[in-house]
Amino acid sequence: MNMEEMIDKYFRPGRLPHIWCPGCGNGIVTGCIVKAVAKLDLPKDNVAVVSGIGCSSRASGYLDFNTVHSAHGRALPVATGVKLADPNLNVIVVTGDGDATAIGGNHLIHAARRNIDMTVVLYNNNIYGMTGGQYSPLTPEHSKAATAPYGTIERSFDIAELVKAAGATFVARATTFHAPMLADLIAQGIEHKGFSLIEAVTACPISFGRQNKMGGPADMIKWQRDHALPLAAFEKLSEEQKAGKFPIGVLYKAEGVKEYTEAYDELIAAAQGGK
Amino acid sequence: MSKILLLQGNQAVVEGAIAAGVKFFGGYPITPSTEVAESLAEKLPKVGGKFIQMEDEIASMGAIIGASLTGKKVMTATSGPGFSLKQELIGYACMAEIPLVIVNVQRVGPSTGQPTSPSQGDIMQARWGTHGDHWLIALTPASVPECFDLTLRAYALSEKYRVPVILLMDEVIGHMREKIELPDNYDEIPQAERKLPTCPPEEFKAYATDESLVPAMPPFGSGYRWHVTGLVHDETGFPKGTPAATLAATNRQHDKLYNNLDDIVEVENYEMDDAEYAIVAFGGAARAAYEAVDMARAKGMKVGLVRPITIWPFAEKQMKALAGKVKHIMVHELNYGQYVLEVERAVAGKVPVTLFAKYDNEPASPAEVFAKMEEAFK
Ligand SMILES: Cc1ncc(C[n+]2csc(CCOP(=O)(O)OP(=O)(O)O)c2C)c(N)n1
Ligand code: SF4
Ligand SMILES: [Mg+2]
Repeated sequence: MNMEEMIDKYFRPGRLPHIWCPGCGNGIVTGCIVKAVAKLDLPKDNVAVVSGIGCSSRASGYLDFNTVHSAHGRALPVATGVKLADPNLNVIVVTGDGDATAIGGNHLIHAARRNIDMTVVLYNNNIYGMTGGQYSPLTPEHSKAATAPYGTIERSFDIAELVKAAGATFVARATTFHAPMLADLIAQGIEHKGFSLIEAVTACPISFGRQNKMGGPADMIKWQRDHALPLAAFEKLSEEQKAGKFPIGVLYKAEGVKEYTEAYDELIAAAQGGK
Repeated sequence: MSKILLLQGNQAVVEGAIAAGVKFFGGYPITPSTEVAESLAEKLPKVGGKFIQMEDEIASMGAIIGASLTGKKVMTATSGPGFSLKQELIGYACMAEIPLVIVNVQRVGPSTGQPTSPSQGDIMQARWGTHGDHWLIALTPASVPECFDLTLRAYALSEKYRVPVILLMDEVIGHMREKIELPDNYDEIPQAERKLPTCPPEEFKAYATDESLVPAMPPFGSGYRWHVTGLVHDETGFPKGTPAATLAATNRQHDKLYNNLDDIVEVENYEMDDAEYAIVAFGGAARAAYEAVDMARAKGMKVGLVRPITIWPFAEKQMKALAGKVKHIMVHELNYGQYVLEVERAVAGKVPVTLFAKYDNEPASPAEVFAKMEEAFK
């Protein structure tokens, strides 16, 4: 399927153009979600996309699935309700770095801990894009933000390590420069039975790039090219060489961990046992 | 066939939930509502339903919203601080028109307050707890059997009008044990039905309505792919923030309920036929009021009780009529004075309205209520 056919099939007629700024990476990430669904040939009726609030979370409205644009930080609880109530649905969560790790941070660790089958695509643009560039828990230390005019003194999360520690069973990262890899990782996440999180490193030239003098959209994508390394190559680097670089690809995968809705079916069978 | 049981109000709510066909509960424990969660954790799996203890009350609300979208009947239960946390997503459920039932067993507040003591301090929070103009339904039971009945009614109303319904309990009713007669088997109990679209999916507009003003709501996965949002939206369900779209959405969300007040608002009258004085009380506070009315009648005072069962929408018509009937009204509630504000507004000075506010952690005794009536109605 070429991109045009994919747009016709998976994007809602009449909803485009999108609201994102020229040069924003959100379109690339959203395109990768669609490519993953197309690759797996999932019936549209069986896909639910649940998003929070933010620039990235507006993606749900453009996609021709069962879609929820929920409240800031609350995509995961809503997605948990959808999935647990109807495990036949493939649930994809669209969320921003602020949405998922600040206001929704508690939900994130608990959804990961439950290992409930859903695929979280976390659009990491290192900033609160929608509200105009305030710092998020993923804003790199010392970066400028509208609420950190002197540079933020807070350390940022390593989102992959965070959800892995919390119990996620599939963790991956790619950038919009590595779009084919990103689409492939999202597809792997959907196929994985359990809680999957794919961090999509994406450029927000308007609310993050500008205040941090990162150049235009193309420069920010080049920055991704120059700072991301496949996991195997990254691991060969010395600690000094690793500074400022980050690994991409499948970062963690656990097999054999019971998925939540499956465990629930067993619970129901046991509860009804003596009947 | 039926059985006679001795149940707590909270347990009767659980029985009502099972009878209503609830298949999903998301909760977080908090006194004095915890029995509802504990009991549904045990009972739901037996009927193929699911209970999940979420990480907090915000998440519980989120989970029941998600589950409702798949067509399930859903419930959460909470109290005081938890009710406050649920407010943002209660607003979401109003805006997106998601049927769901929230049980709030009120306790003394604000903050941690007095967890095990009765209060009716959330009357106004139930109405105005979330931000923005919005409309919803709140029901208040005054006995254990009524906990069961109103739970069923909460689902009937929530599904019919696509609106959150709050079952506004208080600790008196939640923890009180009383005799209740229940059917042996709930299969015969009529199940509230959600309206489904009659058009094919290609023609479906998620928030288009007929004269009922209530849009059809197909479950996720049924072939009708629609968009749910808390943004102001037009009949397509997609965001549209123009003044005309905002006006239309707001008016419809109001009118779908307020065109049907006769269906929604229920008020019980006790000894009101020849009453010259009325006491207005609801929930746990009504218990003492019934007895106080009996005491007054025994002394020849022509007093009756008006007991709102539907707290919100406010029983406007009934209270206005009351002002034309009796000489004096006393409102008794277990708070500093909340419902009385609405009664005063409706009565508009036609007859005196006296407040007997009880907010010291204990419900009033019938003798106290009687004494207050004697004093007020002299
Ligand atoms: C409860 C609540 N608090 C604050 C906001 C304001 N708000 C909207 S989007 C947003 C941040 C979004 O940042 P992120 O999740 O990183 O998404 P992005 O816009 O960068 O894609 C904030 C703070 C809100 N909508 N709701
Ligand atoms: S503010 Fe940033 S994230 Fe939001 S649309 Fe613009 S470029 Fe994209
Ligand atoms: Mg962001």
